[in-house]
Amino acid sequence: MVTYTFLAVFLCLMGYVTYFEFALSEQFINNPYNKRQELFTQKVIRGEIYSADGVTLAETIVDAEENEVRRYPCARIFSHIVGYSGHGTAGLEATANFSLLRSNIFYGEKVVSDLQGEKSPGDSVYTTLNYELQLQAFDALGHYDGAVVVLEPQTGRLLAMVSKPDFDPNTIGEDWEELVDEDNDRSELLNRATQGRYPPGSTFKIFTTLEYLREHPEDYTDYRFSCSGEYTEGHKTIHCYNNARHGSEDLKEAFANSCNSAYSSIGLELDLAQFHAMCESMLFDTDLPVAIESSKSSFVLEEGADTSAVMETAIGQGQTLVTPLHVALITGAIANDGVLMSPYVIDHVSDDRGVLVEQYTGKEYGRLMSSEEAAVLKEYMGYVIEAGTGRQLSNDRYEVYGKTGSAEFSTSSKASHSWFTGFAHQDGKPDIVVTVIVEDSGVGSEYAVPIAQEIFDAYYIE
Amino acid sequence: MTNLIVELTKYLMIFFFALYTYEGFSAFRAKLSEKKRSRIYHRQLLLMYLIHLSAYLAVYAVTEDVKMVLFYLFQVLFTVIVMSCYHLLYENGSKLLVNHMCMLLLIGFIILTRLSFEDAVRQYVIAAGAFVLTLPVPYLVRSVGFMRRLTWLYAAVGLLGLLAVQLFGATSHGAKLSLKIAGISFQPSEFIKLVFVFFVACMLYERTDFLRVCLATAVAAAHVLILVLSRDLGGALIFFITYVVMLYVATKQLFYFAGGLLSGSIAAVIAYNLFSHVQIRVLAWRDPLSVIDNEGYQISQSLFAIGTGGWFGMGLYQGMPNRIPVVKEDFIFSAIAEELGGIFALCLLMVCMCCFFLFLNMAMQMKDQFYKLIALGLGVVYGFQVFLTVGGVTRFIPSTGVTLPLVSYGGSSLLASMMMFAIVQGLYVMRQDEGNADGSKNKKTGAKEKRKSGKTGFDSQVEKIS
Ligand SMILES: [Zn+2]
Repeated sequence: MVTYTFLAVFLCLMGYVTYFEFALSEQFINNPYNKRQELFTQKVIRGEIYSADGVTLAETIVDAEENEVRRYPCARIFSHIVGYSGHGTAGLEATANFSLLRSNIFYGEKVVSDLQGEKSPGDSVYTTLNYELQLQAFDALGHYDGAVVVLEPQTGRLLAMVSKPDFDPNTIGEDWEELVDEDNDRSELLNRATQGRYPPGSTFKIFTTLEYLREHPEDYTDYRFSCSGEYTEGHKTIHCYNNARHGSEDLKEAFANSCNSAYSSIGLELDLAQFHAMCESMLFDTDLPVAIESSKSSFVLEEGADTSAVMETAIGQGQTLVTPLHVALITGAIANDGVLMSPYVIDHVSDDRGVLVEQYTGKEYGRLMSSEEAAVLKEYMGYVIEAGTGRQLSNDRYEVYGKTGSAEFSTSSKASHSWFTGFAHQDGKPDIVVTVIVEDSGVGSEYAVPIAQEIFDAYYIE
Repeated sequence: MTNLIVELTKYLMIFFFALYTYEGFSAFRAKLSEKKRSRIYHRQLLLMYLIHLSAYLAVYAVTEDVKMVLFYLFQVLFTVIVMSCYHLLYENGSKLLVNHMCMLLLIGFIILTRLSFEDAVRQYVIAAGAFVLTLPVPYLVRSVGFMRRLTWLYAAVGLLGLLAVQLFGATSHGAKLSLKIAGISFQPSEFIKLVFVFFVACMLYERTDFLRVCLATAVAAAHVLILVLSRDLGGALIFFITYVVMLYVATKQLFYFAGGLLSGSIAAVIAYNLFSHVQIRVLAWRDPLSVIDNEGYQISQSLFAIGTGGWFGMGLYQGMPNRIPVVKEDFIFSAIAEELGGIFALCLLMVCMCCFFLFLNMAMQMKDQFYKLIALGLGVVYGFQVFLTVGGVTRFIPSTGVTLPLVSYGGSSLLASMMMFAIVQGLYVMRQDEGNADGSKNKKTGAKEKRKSGKTGFDSQVEKIS
């Protein structure tokens, strides 16, 4: 019996080791902490990165003396999402490092190059990124700092991701000292689309509305509020934008008007514990399901918070911070009937001759809200375009749903970040989500909305 | 060119070692004629030399250092001497066990040469010394009769030895393991494992009444407790499992076995809640990547090594095994998997299993209950230690920090392991003598005995005797 028990234990161990080599090892090989990836650079020439429409985003040039130089033909346009390889790695160069350094060419060919002491060509990475949209977003953001995210809500494919200020990955070596200098407060290397944490401003009213829907599933349509341009509770007064008087409005109208008075009063009615739990389930304080470097959004309103904190949080001021990608993902879930698709950037990997090595497809992250809730939010966001702060996006070529915002980020000045997040639909084309933040500009409708419009137009109107 | 040699020898070594392992298991087959069996052993020997030669070809190709050639020749000489001595002095010993012992030692030399030449040389010197020291052991096992009467001496040596480590030992990697006497540092627990097996065998071979079991259990528990206090979790587990299995076989009562395992589990839960270092190990086991900067660093590096090496390995000197902390001792298996490949590592595991079954088979065949328990106890110590180290570095179980016998770097571990193999070798020799004595007394039973052992297929020598 002792023999058989031990035999069984040993067989389990051997089975596990086999399973590890077959299935589990990939996740460990790919880990950025695994310095062994560097070993591959001695045997393989780093592969190329392409956009979905076939534009080369990164390639390795080998000169006559066999010196290898990594080149980025699109330079600054894709700086954050494609990243760089040289001074460490970042962006796709980091996440796809292992794929780029692996050569899946025919084994015999590899043995031959081994014999001749030559390097094998690495596999190529084909991304979901759309060159035209990326260029459009890059140009539209212009000289402003900020970020743009464009993705397909039904699949999770990331079509464009711009962050400014940017850097030139071709000269990362020469510029390195300056980029990481202590006195440099521009943080060009930071991918603001995934790592920048901003106050959400009025885009946060999406979450406040959702919480209100959950607490009033039957009678939310009965909601009424009379706006006099400001709302006071205790020592705290909240003003509507430009002190505009919105008059008598229901929930949908308050949302479309982005009425701060109505929403700060709604905030005071909410069950804060439940509000907090809802936000956690909406990816606050959670790692976003994305392979590139990202930061967590934070929602800090606890049960028993004081009146002014509650009022500010409900309208997207206060301590709450979000990343643009997070906002885009929530918008995507609304567009996709409440189901969030995990975003992805690598469509497939092929070897040097174009033979497919691995194909990636969209994966469902999970349901964030019921399809009824998604439908109500979609209707409200449609009304923002129809009769609210996003009227200029209204057109007869495609339907738009969205929410604008302007977030004050400094107590001393009136300057604010301008937000827009929304999605559009046209029969025969996949929907797209566009999330824009323009730093230190002004109201959303003036700065962020036109950028979103250029991207929608570029996508839906050839 | 270097590249070619490294790549080529890599595949050759995998091929030869797979064959070697296959031969090792085929020797277990019943109904093998003496001639065929002897041919298997010779083929194994040839394969062993081929693996060794391939490895040092690669080593030389990379280092281009003449001292590697010299070292290689010394190792060949060592192997030839070990083989000849065992075959001449202990004609009735198990050739399979000698082969495996040499194979494991040589694999240890190969990978240690790659990791650190100085340490490999040191290991070689210790192995040579250990060989000289342990050569008479099989003879002693057979001829010294009073071994079974030293019960309390074993207990005293064991407990005092462990206590000395707990009180005066040097701490390394969070555990107290070694003592320094006259400038030489050694790990008493490696030897006390053997002494402990002798103690339990002495206690239980004659009588297994309740009082006797209680007494044995109390002393065994004291051993385990001191080890837990020294934070030597691996050691504590080995002592515990060894005792439970020996107790079960001695008493044949499942109740003791189940009771032992149950109390062990309860103790493990208590230890988990009581000691933070136990919790850290478990945390690092469950999700090593989440704590990669601290607790999970070692196991993560080990998994990177095994994973990146893949089935065929990176080739000697082509990986980064030195990035794994304590690679020469506790994580030698990961280094082997990284550079020599997953297939090679699995074969290594199977060779270790083969040794373990040889130990257990010995236990089943011994008639004298004392020797039976010795063989069993040593087998469990060996087998469980292999399981702990391989399971630990591959994240099958939480890492406990034990060495791979005969392969890992370390004088105490090496000497104790060689001693263990020598004792079992002594039992093999004695087992044949038993058969011989039976045969001269009664030819009929002797013949029966022959058929019986022929069926189990382990000792071809019986045929020669009758
Ligand atoms: Zn208002």
